[in-house]
Amino acid sequence: MQNDRLISASERGPSGPRSRRPLPPWVSTTALLLPTYGWLTLAVFLPLLTMFVFSFMSATPMGKAPIVFTLKQYRAFIDQPYLVGIGITSLLIGFWTTLFCAVLGFLAAVALVRSTFGKTREMLLILILLPFWTNGLVRVFSWTMVLRENGFLDSLLHMIAPDAGSIGFLYTRYAVVVGLVHGYLPYMILTCYIALVAIDDAIIEAASSLGARWWTILFKILMPLAAPGLLSGAVLIFIPVIGSFMEPRILGGRVGVTMGTVIEDQFTQAFNWPLGASLSFTLLAVVLAIFATFSGVLRRGTVA
Amino acid sequence: MTELTRRNTMKLMSAALIAGVSISTLPRKAFSAGSITVLNWQGYGTDEAWSLKAFTEKTGITVVHDYYSSESEMLTKMRTNPGAYDLVILNAARCAQAVAEDLLQPIDFSKVPNASTVDETLRANPNFSKDGKGYAVPWVWGMTSLAIREGMTVPDSYAVLADPAYKGRVAMDDDAIINVGVGALMSGQDINDPKDLAAVTAALKSIKPNVKLLWSTEDQWNKSFAAKEFDLSLFWSGGSVRSKRVSKLPVQFVVPKEGGVGWVDGLGVPASAPNPEGALAFVNWMIDPTFYVEWATKIGAPASSNSAALSALPADDLTRLVHKTEYLKTTSFVSGIPDDRREAFNNVWQEVKAFYAE
Repeated sequence: MQNDRLISASERGPSGPRSRRPLPPWVSTTALLLPTYGWLTLAVFLPLLTMFVFSFMSATPMGKAPIVFTLKQYRAFIDQPYLVGIGITSLLIGFWTTLFCAVLGFLAAVALVRSTFGKTREMLLILILLPFWTNGLVRVFSWTMVLRENGFLDSLLHMIAPDAGSIGFLYTRYAVVVGLVHGYLPYMILTCYIALVAIDDAIIEAASSLGARWWTILFKILMPLAAPGLLSGAVLIFIPVIGSFMEPRILGGRVGVTMGTVIEDQFTQAFNWPLGASLSFTLLAVVLAIFATFSGVLRRGTVA
Repeated sequence: MTELTRRNTMKLMSAALIAGVSISTLPRKAFSAGSITVLNWQGYGTDEAWSLKAFTEKTGITVVHDYYSSESEMLTKMRTNPGAYDLVILNAARCAQAVAEDLLQPIDFSKVPNASTVDETLRANPNFSKDGKGYAVPWVWGMTSLAIREGMTVPDSYAVLADPAYKGRVAMDDDAIINVGVGALMSGQDINDPKDLAAVTAALKSIKPNVKLLWSTEDQWNKSFAAKEFDLSLFWSGGSVRSKRVSKLPVQFVVPKEGGVGWVDGLGVPASAPNPEGALAFVNWMIDPTFYVEWATKIGAPASSNSAALSALPADDLTRLVHKTEYLKTTSFVSGIPDDRREAFNNVWQEVKAFYAE
């Protein structure tokens, strides 16, 4: 539609005696997209492409070591079979984090949308997002104080039941998932909120006046209509979570080994950028394969 | 979120690099005979104001500083700025690399009288010399070894890491070189060139039931130790001194019979140094007991390579108690290793970590 308007503008433009032929639509489209794509090329595509080239090298091309092009970095999953286990762990952590975010985020968004009294909605939204404006590292470290043995969680329990054992679960996968859910929840709340706000209240009123119970409204009306929000939230969360390294490292202790920490180690400790890059691109391929497998479900979701 | 952090770090790093380069290119014109430029980590001994003032008063040489934030940056600065630096502080492992690239010049030890009391074991470190000529004066050193909660039985071997008595009470340093070193010591091998990496892997895997966490920063170590999350750990000698002195933690540093995994920093003169004489005068000042005692007691310092300086510390000084000179005989020092071996070490540690996480 934008293009149509632009064409008509360029038709009206030359009001001189000579009538010029209108510019073909792709010219204006290209011209408009050029700044964006120029910036993206400079800031994203070129560095990523360099990393892609790096992933075929035998060593990091800084220093005096001779560089040979090789495919051996992509054989890492065969040469070091334990990486497969780490990959599966990362995908599972991603799955559980996304699931918990979806449940909590959707309910939070519903609560936000239902609170229509005065300006409470905006207030609540800001109150929910406020804690997320603090530094991520600080928030993750504060979880260690809550979850550790004799931490806040334990103190709370011992106030009620002084003889109970410890329920601290720092340095487990559960702790990692808790930290990640906390970190990525806003994405789900915001995407679901945007999807839910667009739903006409009249639909819900009609449903309830026809006798629908709250769970029918939730599962039959709200969830299908807000599915695009849920799905984009899930995608926004799943991808960064399987590459995350800060939360597993701090909250995972001994078990906090994920693809993210392995890749980070390759870049920061081992100075083996090619292996780090090849692992990242392999991970990207796996994620794309997962999305391709479920693309049918995803498309149906967004249409509904 | 992680993306943003990483990107910010890159931004900061490049800003620091640009700032560093512009600063290092500006004052370069004024190298008179009375001035030297030192390349070091920031706040690492050479740039103490009181020391520089006294040094200038005594010798008439003024000291200018430039800093690096990683060892690879230090090498890059030396490669790309010939004639800019008179003195550089570099780790033994990096020194071998710098010497191989002809970035350093041989040291005239007759101009460094204090070097006569530098410990022989450190001076003989093959990374500091080539063809019988010394290319750096050993300056300070430290070790990674065991740290245990005070009052518990003092272990005499790294085998204690696998002792069932410490089930779930052990913390490991998340560093490939250190862990392969400890694994090599546990299986009776050379830390820099273990022939049997499978034995190293097996030794490290054997401690799995005991491993509670992997730490990567001193701060993390202090917090977890204070919260009583572990009792026994691989730890840095200098870190243990700071934990005890600053954070008042009940920690005892132990070097078992296999010896520690050591590091040593040297003072080297770049091949293109405009003022090597002045640099050597400053080297002599840096390993002098007078400077060292003040540095170690006022500010806090690693162990001096100069045994005369180390024994000039008060008898009850923690640094001195932790870094006994006799340990130097058993300590193996990390040295420069070829890339393929470094990669193999990293793979061993990744595999062990994955095994811990199972």
